[in-house]
Amino acid sequence: MKLSERAEEILEAMWTAIEENGEGFAAMERIGVAADDPAFDELTKRAFIEIKEGRITFRPEGKKEGRSTIRRHRLAERLIMDVLNIRGESGDNKACQFEHLLNEGVDAKVCTMLNHPDTCPHGKAIPSGDCCLEARRSGDLGVVPLTELKSGEEGRIAYIQTEDNKKMQKLVAMGVLPGNPIHLLQSSPSYIFRVGYSEFAVDAEMAREIFISRLQG
Amino acid sequence: MALFRRRRRRRSSCHAPFADGVCGAKKVLLVGNPNVGKSVLFNALTGAYVTVSNYPGTSVEVARGTAVIAGERLEIIDTPGMYSLLPITEEESVARRILLEDSPDMVIHVIDARNLERMLAMTIQLIEAGLPVILVVNIMDEAERQGITIDIPLLSTRLGIPAVGAAIAKKRGLSEIREIISHYRRPVHPVPEYSRRLENDIAEVAGLFRNRFTISPKAVALLLLQRDQEMTNLVRVKEGEGFAAVEAKIREKVYARRESFHLDLSLERRKIAERLLSGVFHVPDKRRTTFGEKLSRWAVRPLTGVPLLLVVLYYGLYQFVGVFGAGTLVDFFEGKLFEGYFNPWVTGIVKDAVPWPVIQELFVGEYGVITLGLRYAIGIILPVVATFFLFFSILEDSGYFPRLALLVDRLFKKIGLTGRAVIPMVLGFGCDTMATMVTRTLETVRERIIATLLLSLAIPCSAQLGVIMALLSQAPGALLVWFICLLLIFLAVGVLAARIIPGETPMFYMELPPMRLPQLSNVLTKTYSRMQWYFMEILPLFILASILLWIGKITHVFEKLSDWTAPVMASIGLPREAAVAFIFGFFRRDYGAAGLYDLQTQGLLNPRQLTVAAVTLTLFIPCIAQFLIIKKERGTKVAVAIGLFVSVLAFGSGYLLNQFLLTTGIL
Repeated sequence: MKLSERAEEILEAMWTAIEENGEGFAAMERIGVAADDPAFDELTKRAFIEIKEGRITFRPEGKKEGRSTIRRHRLAERLIMDVLNIRGESGDNKACQFEHLLNEGVDAKVCTMLNHPDTCPHGKAIPSGDCCLEARRSGDLGVVPLTELKSGEEGRIAYIQTEDNKKMQKLVAMGVLPGNPIHLLQSSPSYIFRVGYSEFAVDAEMAREIFISRLQG
Repeated sequence: MALFRRRRRRRSSCHAPFADGVCGAKKVLLVGNPNVGKSVLFNALTGAYVTVSNYPGTSVEVARGTAVIAGERLEIIDTPGMYSLLPITEEESVARRILLEDSPDMVIHVIDARNLERMLAMTIQLIEAGLPVILVVNIMDEAERQGITIDIPLLSTRLGIPAVGAAIAKKRGLSEIREIISHYRRPVHPVPEYSRRLENDIAEVAGLFRNRFTISPKAVALLLLQRDQEMTNLVRVKEGEGFAAVEAKIREKVYARRESFHLDLSLERRKIAERLLSGVFHVPDKRRTTFGEKLSRWAVRPLTGVPLLLVVLYYGLYQFVGVFGAGTLVDFFEGKLFEGYFNPWVTGIVKDAVPWPVIQELFVGEYGVITLGLRYAIGIILPVVATFFLFFSILEDSGYFPRLALLVDRLFKKIGLTGRAVIPMVLGFGCDTMATMVTRTLETVRERIIATLLLSLAIPCSAQLGVIMALLSQAPGALLVWFICLLLIFLAVGVLAARIIPGETPMFYMELPPMRLPQLSNVLTKTYSRMQWYFMEILPLFILASILLWIGKITHVFEKLSDWTAPVMASIGLPREAAVAFIFGFFRRDYGAAGLYDLQTQGLLNPRQLTVAAVTLTLFIPCIAQFLIIKKERGTKVAVAIGLFVSVLAFGSGYLLNQFLLTTGIL
């Protein structure tokens, strides 16, 4: 059964206090939820938390739940702020509403789309999920801009992301087509890469718009 | 247009056996990516000469020539390089306009064997446009060296058009190409098909056309779907009222495929190319690294590239052009031949033949057409320019320039240019006028203006450079001061211009052609044709200048001019005689420098004055020819603005430098 939104917020606050700030417990009065809120009951009943004299601690099941709750929250922040480009307070608010939708596998999809981010926009760690572990295990390093490749590294062009249609045409005409293997030869002072039997030089701005899926290894 | 087309057809098959000129001459168009060898093929077919270079985008102009193949006269047209039928740059638009408007009888698509798959995309476009395509797979020799094999007959069968494997620079495949041209019959062949969805979209658009175009409705529809402005305008005019329906349909389709139409189209074309090439094109698993590639690596890594550049500059520019060209050769031509033999001899002849001293002056006097004009042109300028162009052509053909471009790109971005501007900048050291013309290849107007400004200000041309180097080398330290001044001004003006002139610095991208050993014959022809251009350009001006100077002298206008400019000269610490050099300088930069040379030999200048004069003169307004080209390329307003700015800056810098040198007493 799905937890209530309030219950999820309690778990998040606990995670921050206990797992990240290293406190032994979360103080009831600092959690931001009224003590008589039914959410506490809900969590206790499901054996997620224990409350003793205003001190809340995780039970094993609850810790797992807290971890995935905080993960959803921070993924939501990434999505709202990075992709939808909603910033500031309104971004925070939207992320808070959005996180509750990221369950039942949606979080894994979002995580993969965001290329398994390590941190939230505020710089806090996002606990890795199964999808991240799987990606790490299979050596799928995800899709990165050409600028992230080391010189000598090879990959496959994943997509080109540019606002400028002419530039897209030029790149495409030069053979920078999704699916083509690409070999980065040098990254300074300009980016030099090889596609097929031709070599091209582009500057950093242009290289940033060519996205590469790295080969395993 | 349909009517026009039919008429052309009939004309092109008119039966006059040795039809001359345009009537009846079939048109053969050469198209293809940049740097695949179109110009080499043009030269081979016509026997004429267009500049061939190992630098993408050098054929800015369209070259037309005639070839006689199997007794038939043909018109051969070389076009600037294009990547696809949808143009992006100005050169590509030029090339496409010819393709669309010239109704060619044959279109030879030249492609690079090593990049067959990529370049076949354009072959597909040409075929679907209904053009009479002949495919020339060039650079087979280099492909074979890398272990690539291509089944040309199979490719030809699959495409349904004639195809030839060639290495045109080595004359391989030429006879086959001639053979195909002479027997060319337009084959009936299927046009490659796209996915059902795309074909439907195309058909829906093409179905609305009521008129015919020079290219197939399918190609027109595709260009419209790609929002090609020129094609849209053309269709708007031709379709008249019917255009509204076409436009509505285009809007609908473009919206429906807004996500990635260009990309989808390219991917579909690649899929077709892959299908065509399966079993045709074999690449070895392991690519071989050639020596050229190794050299290329060295040239582009800053750690090895910068020393390599210094070596190239030292031996090429300083030793070869400076010491050998401007030193040894000038000494020989100017000192020995002209001063020693030719001038005294010709003076004797003229004085015997012409009794009037005034007319004698015109030919053999102080500013005589022969003794001064010809001596400057042949004795001083020719050796310097010849050695420079030789040096430049070797570098150009080796493929070094694109590497240099990427090496300096970041630096050039600071002065509002991209690495692409390296060609006009280096060429400027040869001839600023020529370089100003080449700024056309730069992408934005802003870049072109900045490059033009820097060329007219701080880049001395080889002739001027040679004379100035010879002059200043006699005063130790002077050359260094001169060099530092120019470098500082170049950078300062560049940085300022980049800030002041509105607009953004475009992005830098460039194809790197393989590094090759330059072919001697090509280098020599290229040097020769450049020199020829240069000479045709300067000789009349030298003679004109001599005549004007002569008029100035006999009417004493010249002395008055010297009087008027004396205060200006005095303000920068120069004797009034130096005015002559500046007046010369307006005709030709090098002429002015050569004027200084004369002053110096007369012992009229001390090292400080010499340095100030050299700096001022180097910065001073561009010569007449360059000024005219700036006017032609950039418009009168920009030309006048640059002229004024440069003059003020030149004398301003001269003044400051003079004060600085006086106070510090360095020289």
